[in-house]
Amino acid sequence: MMNMKSFALLLAAALLPAAAARADGERLRPATANPSYQQECGGCHLAYPPALLPAASWQRITADLGKHYGSDASLDPATTQTLTRWLLLNAGSGKRAREAPQQDRITRAAWFQRKHDELPAGVWQRPAIKSPANCAACHTGAEQGDFSEHRVRVPR
Amino acid sequence: MRSKTWHLIPTALLALALASGTAGATTAAEQLAALSAQAGTAGDPARGQRLFTSKHGAEWSCSSCHGALPTQAGRHASTGKPIAPLAPAFNPERFGDAAKSEKWFRRNCKDVLGRECSAGEKADVLAWLITLKP
Repeated sequence: MMNMKSFALLLAAALLPAAAARADGERLRPATANPSYQQECGGCHLAYPPALLPAASWQRITADLGKHYGSDASLDPATTQTLTRWLLLNAGSGKRAREAPQQDRITRAAWFQRKHDELPAGVWQRPAIKSPANCAACHTGAEQGDFSEHRVRVPR
Repeated sequence: MRSKTWHLIPTALLALALASGTAGATTAAEQLAALSAQAGTAGDPARGQRLFTSKHGAEWSCSSCHGALPTQAGRHASTGKPIAPLAPAFNPERFGDAAKSEKWFRRNCKDVLGRECSAGEKADVLAWLITLKP
């Protein structure tokens, strides 16, 4: 017979991850969950959590890696296929799946712009940030899929 | 007929050695040797530095992301992501896997030169990177 204390512990263990994952979608499945994705896509930019784009966007992006936002990101066919499957499986749902953002850019999504609309003009051009694609410049937990506002430090 | 076939074997073995020399775990020095053999000439560090730091009619040079002297971290020219040092003496992870090196040479040469680099050009760049010491 399980005593109350261990039951409470079990219950907490079962509920905690779910609560963390629900917290406004801030804790996302990190790219580190897939070492191949991390290695192939994380060289030039944060290996963006797949939930940040809808499946249709990932489909278009992975279909044309040779012309990837002005850069050649081509991979061998087998790796491309494996990563595409993983990205589609973990693509965004809910508010992030409603529509594919312009040019399939995360930064053009309505939710992204709403979340960042209080930032002063010119913040993206700061030398330590350089681009809105550089999530980790401010989101210190971005590599771990943590985009919580509590962990945001905007460099001067 | 038979003697002709036998004569081809050393050539075939050499080709095999060269091909395998550009795949799998290796070192920067071994990759340089393989690329130089493929090019038929030794890599030239001065020529490599010129290739690395020049723009070739397009927007970027290799230095745009890796820095003019890739002994320290660079930053991606468009995304701003920090890029670990490229010179092998400053980053032991560099040039430890020939397939990975080939992949990045292919991608980045297309970005900078609008085409793939020749074995000779790759040998030049690697020869220069190897000369960079702490």
